[in-house]
Amino acid sequence: MSEAFISLKDVRKVYRTRTEEFEAIQSITMDVQAGELVSIVGPSGCGKSTLLKILAGLHPHDGGDVRIGSAAEPFDPSRDIGMVFQQPLLLKWRRIRENVLLPAEILGLPKKEARERADDLLQMVGLAGFEQSYPYELSGGMQQRAAIARALVHDPKLILMDEPFGALDALTRERMNIELLRIWQESQKTILFVTHGIQEAVFLGSHVAVMTSGPARLAEHMEIDLPEDRDLAIKTDEKFGEYTRHIYKLLDLD
Amino acid sequence: MSADTWRKISIAVAVHVAFVAVWWLAVILADVPEFILPTPWLALQTLGEENYNWVRHFSITAQEIFGGYILAVVVGVTFAVLTTWSRRLDEMLTPLLVTLNMIPKVAMAPLFIVWLRFGIQTNIVITFTICFFPILLNTARGLREVEPELLDLVKSLHGNRWQVFTKIQLPGALPYVFSGMKVATVLAVAGAIVGEFIQSDGGLGWFMLITQEALNTDAMVMALMLVTLIGVLLYGSVILLERIFVVQDARVE
Repeated sequence: MSEAFISLKDVRKVYRTRTEEFEAIQSITMDVQAGELVSIVGPSGCGKSTLLKILAGLHPHDGGDVRIGSAAEPFDPSRDIGMVFQQPLLLKWRRIRENVLLPAEILGLPKKEARERADDLLQMVGLAGFEQSYPYELSGGMQQRAAIARALVHDPKLILMDEPFGALDALTRERMNIELLRIWQESQKTILFVTHGIQEAVFLGSHVAVMTSGPARLAEHMEIDLPEDRDLAIKTDEKFGEYTRHIYKLLDLD
Repeated sequence: MSADTWRKISIAVAVHVAFVAVWWLAVILADVPEFILPTPWLALQTLGEENYNWVRHFSITAQEIFGGYILAVVVGVTFAVLTTWSRRLDEMLTPLLVTLNMIPKVAMAPLFIVWLRFGIQTNIVITFTICFFPILLNTARGLREVEPELLDLVKSLHGNRWQVFTKIQLPGALPYVFSGMKVATVLAVAGAIVGEFIQSDGGLGWFMLITQEALNTDAMVMALMLVTLIGVLLYGSVILLERIFVVQDARVE
């Protein structure tokens, strides 16, 4: 196996207030290969979001080793991160295309190319024709599609998604899962996808990292051996059921 | 414009006409003496009286209101930006500004006359002091109301503070600026008129005091309507600017 794109060794994170320490992550050791979609699943307070913030360079870690990038896939921390949050967080006063262009503006990328890329991406996420709309004219699911296009506009190598479909209704969420799989396959990005949903985690992930709380640590990092072209029917597949049952067990939910 | 907009406009016009009609009818039916309350028509007729110098008084009051108001917008937004930009400046200035805001602005008028002498400039300053705080406070609130995750997004791209400010904070605060400006319109009109009551040799407020001595109630009522007209013009321009610059969804009511 080639050198991993992301390599985490015994990563630890502690938040300190004046009076007490809180161990947000006790220990995570995990390798992620370029082009994988890793679902990170676990209960609240297991350090999932903290891990994303460490990878995004927003928080320092307090112990262990974090390495992103490899000889084959060099990583520039200032421009190779794309982020999607639970809320779309589009700027209300900008049209959809201008919203998608925000990262390109911050990085000072050439305007014309960025604009073409933004329109291509809007096409890819199914928002062709909405370039000139304002966010409030779009449904929640459509806004989240725009947020995904925004995370891709500067062509980053790593996409970090923090419960991106958590605020959507169940049906829209299923649809967005299928869309995300397609976008992932088309864009060939490495994606880390944080979720509370075990079914969602298995359905999307080429790998699933299961985290437990108290102490916050990685319980298991498993490969999901299901075909790459998945549709919702796979959720009734026996193998799919085995994976989800196994995760329920890891999380003490069975 | 949509049918709904037209419907709303016609309702607004109808209600205003009805208000004037009720006033008119009430005066006639109750046989109210002219010096207590004239009919709208009698008040309107005073506009033909050349001695009243309407244009001069209207223009003085309008200058005071618009002058003080615009000054308050410029200085208020500038101070809000400064206190939001620098934490130290915020810690230094905000407590002082809270105290200064407690000063009854109208009570400053006698001092302003000493400092700025008798004249229109003093009323502009009185109007300014009364409008300044709501604009400052609203703008500062808007500048601070930024989604922390949006900041994360910018930071993950190693964006700088200036980019956060120009791309997110400032445009995000614009609806709040307008919210403060709308509150301040009412204050601006009151500030200018009270200023004229205290010191002036012209303007609609001054004119009301003069005509009161002769019990020319019709002229007083007309002056009051003209002051209100200036206020409506000011408010209307603010609403118009808001419609141009603030996306519908972002407006703060």
